[in-house]
Amino acid sequence: MESYLKDLESKSIYIIREAYASVEPLAMLWSIGKDSTAMLWLVRKAFFGRVPFPLVLLDTEQEMDEVYAFRDKLTKDWDLEVINHPCPPEEEMDQDLPPATRAAMRKTEGLKTLLAEKKCKGIFCGIRRDEQGLRAKERVFSPRSLDGSWDFKDQPAEFWDQYKTTVPEGCHLRIHPILAWSEIDIWRYTQDQNIPVCDLYFARDGKRYRSLGEKNITFPVDSTASNIDEIIAELETTKTSERAGRAMDKETEDSFERLRSQGYM
Amino acid sequence: MKQNTQTLRVVIVGHVDHGKSTLIGRLLHDTDSLPDGKMEEIEASCKARGVPFEWSFVLDAFQAERDQAVTIDTTQIRFQSEMRDCVIIDAPGHREFLKNMISGAAEADAAILVVDAAEGVQEQTRRHAYLLKMLGIEQIAVVINKIDKTNYSSENFDAVSKDVKDYLASIGLHASFVVPISAREGDMIARGSDKMDWYTGRNLIGVLDSFDPKAADMAAPLRFAVQDVYRFEEKRILVGRIETGSLKVGDTLFFSPTNEQAKVTSIESWPESEAPQEVRAGESVGVTLDQKIFVERGHIGSHTQNLPMLSNVFKAGLFWLSNKALSVGNSYTARIGTMVTKVTVQSIERVIDTESLASEEAAQVERNRMCEVTLRARQMIPIDPYMENARMGRVVLYDKDSLVGGGMISMQGCQDQRVSLTPKSENIFSVNYLVTQKMRQERYGHSGAVFWFTGLSGAGKSTLAMAVEKDLFERGYNTYVLDGDNVRHGLNSDLGFSAEDRTENIRRVGEVAALQADSGLVVLTAFISPFQVDRDRARGAAPERFHEIYIKADLETCESRDIKGLYKKARAGQIKDFTGIDSPYEAPDNPDLVVDTQNHDIETCVQQIVSYIEDHVSAGKGKEDGNIKPEKILSVSG
Repeated sequence: MESYLKDLESKSIYIIREAYASVEPLAMLWSIGKDSTAMLWLVRKAFFGRVPFPLVLLDTEQEMDEVYAFRDKLTKDWDLEVINHPCPPEEEMDQDLPPATRAAMRKTEGLKTLLAEKKCKGIFCGIRRDEQGLRAKERVFSPRSLDGSWDFKDQPAEFWDQYKTTVPEGCHLRIHPILAWSEIDIWRYTQDQNIPVCDLYFARDGKRYRSLGEKNITFPVDSTASNIDEIIAELETTKTSERAGRAMDKETEDSFERLRSQGYM
Repeated sequence: MKQNTQTLRVVIVGHVDHGKSTLIGRLLHDTDSLPDGKMEEIEASCKARGVPFEWSFVLDAFQAERDQAVTIDTTQIRFQSEMRDCVIIDAPGHREFLKNMISGAAEADAAILVVDAAEGVQEQTRRHAYLLKMLGIEQIAVVINKIDKTNYSSENFDAVSKDVKDYLASIGLHASFVVPISAREGDMIARGSDKMDWYTGRNLIGVLDSFDPKAADMAAPLRFAVQDVYRFEEKRILVGRIETGSLKVGDTLFFSPTNEQAKVTSIESWPESEAPQEVRAGESVGVTLDQKIFVERGHIGSHTQNLPMLSNVFKAGLFWLSNKALSVGNSYTARIGTMVTKVTVQSIERVIDTESLASEEAAQVERNRMCEVTLRARQMIPIDPYMENARMGRVVLYDKDSLVGGGMISMQGCQDQRVSLTPKSENIFSVNYLVTQKMRQERYGHSGAVFWFTGLSGAGKSTLAMAVEKDLFERGYNTYVLDGDNVRHGLNSDLGFSAEDRTENIRRVGEVAALQADSGLVVLTAFISPFQVDRDRARGAAPERFHEIYIKADLETCESRDIKGLYKKARAGQIKDFTGIDSPYEAPDNPDLVVDTQNHDIETCVQQIVSYIEDHVSAGKGKEDGNIKPEKILSVSG
């Protein structure tokens, strides 16, 4: 493995083990995409092949068929314990929100009911700083208030790998082990470690998905990259942003901020 | 083509409004690192707000940041030079957001200090520079920004750069480059400038390409910080990170503070095909040992040579981030790597004014100030001073759930106590006593024990010890009182009242009391002994026969008694580090007996203690319900 990837891997494993040593109970969001699957691989490395907390898919029943099929295959191949947690229907969302943002909000509400049920103190999330301007401002251990909201104006100090590991009753921590990775890092690591990914990332008929989300609000981008080598080559030169195919990010200037401040991943 | 090497992490710091965010926007644009559509998006945002094109919108992602045109939180964004990948860390310049600035800057390999050409060096310029020093960032470039506003004047540039360089030099930093730039116009960022023919140095990208990512320290002695211990079936795996140095299968690992050692039998890995024989600084690892020794999170593994120091007292150069001031006697949770311990502020050495660099004496440290303090832990902890190991020599302080301060560890004026914890001579053998504890007990009619009186000056320790001794002596007990008067004149006449000397004073008293108890005496000691760790060590000298007696009276009561006039002198500043006044007292965590001299008269207190002692040392005449602690028969074989 290239030494810079080894370094990223070691940092992520350190974060995962810190969370396991100081936060309980834990769960991990596994959206079945490339990032959270790489994160799952890092968890198995950290615990020598084991996954000592449940994996959760916040299920809107709107994931693409290939995503569900990939989930079922990996669950079987890796002998995983996966909780399929249904999200509340769109009708129950704030109807003032623009449509795609409203659809995305279902995951936030699903997460809230999950936290209430499982009483989780820590949730692993596979977000990265380079995905989006708001995620770039995240902490590795990010506290959320009772209703799941993110107080981005008063984030805790975090340095020298010292993380906020305790929160008041009813609150929880979002733990972000791959925050410092970039999209191309994930692909290089996926290739190096031979981690399986969903076929939707590879181009068919001149289009591929760079980021996977619900089928009603996610669209493929133009691409001819049909394997990981070609994806890496594409990313070395592209100027299209990773989340270009995610409608909810840009409906209005602050739509993603509104989603995130209310608890979106 | 450039290599996929480690990314260079650069933090941009400087006074508010000196143009940090604009500089970053410009860097990204000029290196062609912005995604398609980003410029259009920003144009639309600016238009909606009715402001001219604003570069800083690239980074100020929060609506609040755009609306107020101020960066609130640190953010990170990538760009590529022709040489390498960079992560730019934008740190807010506003004083209010210092904790966010540090959260961003602490991870950086290098820093760009932005100074406005017209405004020159300002308060946050100095404060940020000082923080770079405290964060250990040594690769520094200064950019004199908004040079267009001074008509690209070389005289002005020279004057401002001299100011910055002088300040940096005064705190021991050196700027490798000082570059005149205009972030708004793009001069000297990724290209040159046709308006500054007087400047012949590198442009900013050239400067960044000359910096290197911080490398993990392989040359320093091994430090393996234990994060956790996993038990899988038969396997017991210690996991953690090699902070510095390297470790091989077959090496002997020595753990601090337990002083236990064992050989590394394997370096674990998954998938198993990858199992390495050697691991190096920066790696997260798992190891198994050939012996089942006690190891837990927070312990430090090293080789048997070049051990970390062991101490319960250390100094720290801190930046303070909490609204609640730091003051002497306050307790915090300290974290050094994975080690966590309660600490008490023993003294504030100085508070540093980052403007004038003057040191001030102060009773407390307010938010956003830098200071130097002495901290006292409740236990012995492994310590590497920052100057010897930058990775291990950093401490952060928590107040409940919140991180309130951090800084560098120094052991200046503090002693490595590993030395005094272990016998200096190796040729020490146990003696086989022919007279046993039981024989002594039968002869004297009672067993020996230590009754350790602790409390504030004036709480009544000596008065009670003398009265209790007289009472016990008259009842036929063999007794002796150790107090300041009879040890300070002889045994400890070489000791003063520094923190180290006080610890040594108590250590010796603890050892002498233990020997006397072994010889069959009922020993009473009367020392303030303000620190739990010192009392715990005294208990360690006489385990099973040590009783901690808290002579309890509050400061107000003791000060009003002031029999020796010491409080008055301490208040007048004639006595330094006086317990309760400018040095803390740690009340016992779990005393064996509490004697309240504030609410009870002397006679009542004496009877309470005498009755307790009789219960614990009497042979035969003690209570029959097993109140006598089972005596451990000391091994006669040694």
